[in-house]
Amino acid sequence: MSHAAGTAYPDTLRVRRRKPDARSVIGVAGEVLITLGVIVFLFLAYELWFTGLYTSRAQSNFKKELQQEWAAPPTAPAVLPGESPGPSTGPSTAAVPDVAVPGDAIGLIRIPKLGSNYEYAIVEGVSTNDLKKGPGHYPGSAMPGQVGNFVMSGHRTTYLAPFNGLGELADGDAIVIETRDTWYTYKVTDVQVVLPTDVDVILPVPGKPKAKPTKKLITLTTCTPKYSASHRLIIDGVLESALPKSAGLPPALKGT
Amino acid sequence: MYAALWRRIPGGLPGKLAGMIALLATALALLFFVVFPVVEPHLPWNDVTVNTPPIGSEPSAHPSPSVLPSP
Repeated sequence: MSHAAGTAYPDTLRVRRRKPDARSVIGVAGEVLITLGVIVFLFLAYELWFTGLYTSRAQSNFKKELQQEWAAPPTAPAVLPGESPGPSTGPSTAAVPDVAVPGDAIGLIRIPKLGSNYEYAIVEGVSTNDLKKGPGHYPGSAMPGQVGNFVMSGHRTTYLAPFNGLGELADGDAIVIETRDTWYTYKVTDVQVVLPTDVDVILPVPGKPKAKPTKKLITLTTCTPKYSASHRLIIDGVLESALPKSAGLPPALKGT
Repeated sequence: MYAALWRRIPGGLPGKLAGMIALLATALALLFFVVFPVVEPHLPWNDVTVNTPPIGSEPSAHPSPSVLPSP
């Protein structure tokens, strides 16, 4: 249409181009602003949903890997194609190796309160890249079932938001960690909100830097309030039971 | 801005439509796969660990076990 108009009235067009009036300037500025607004909404969509696609792919890979590893006989640690055999952890009488490979899945976390489908593979590491793949285990903190503090972090609102529902947990709720041979059931003992700098909460004995750990604890950290990073939500728990997987589902998962 | 773009793309109505869609798809791909991933780490709401280092710096992934895990 404008093309036809252009050929019909060339003078008008030429005049317009030579002297952009205030209205056309405002028009372009308006279009730019609307475009920027749309981009902000697109970014929101990216953060809330698009990032989850990456995480769900990483999670399904992890779950596949874990299944393969756990299906392999315990005396011969599974070596996945493309992976060089690492240092042997010895005859695996221990339920979990003492040191996990950074970036690898170390087990699965289930929280029955958050639904029977709530199941995430736990990544070893809490770097930005690790946490994109799922909730991560702080390297150097205790492994599941060990004396000390098994500390995990996870995203609250982005990257599939594994720890979105942590705010619903209350004392007594179960957190179940599945490793190769064992179901570790932790019971929530405390829910607190702290500042991001309060590193005391992830110590082997939370709040006591020098104390020697005697209990088997779990700590989950995520950001709070949702969509903010001003504070951290901390879920503390203590090990209630460690049951061999050969004995079937742990009581905490049976009801779901 | 968009009107000028529309006028410049050749090919009549189908060509203009296809051109606009192609441009839009390119812009979206650039945003989702290049711009947003770069911008994201500089925004605060993904900090979920305690003792988070200054925004933008990569946390050390492997602290020695004897030290407090520093994300």
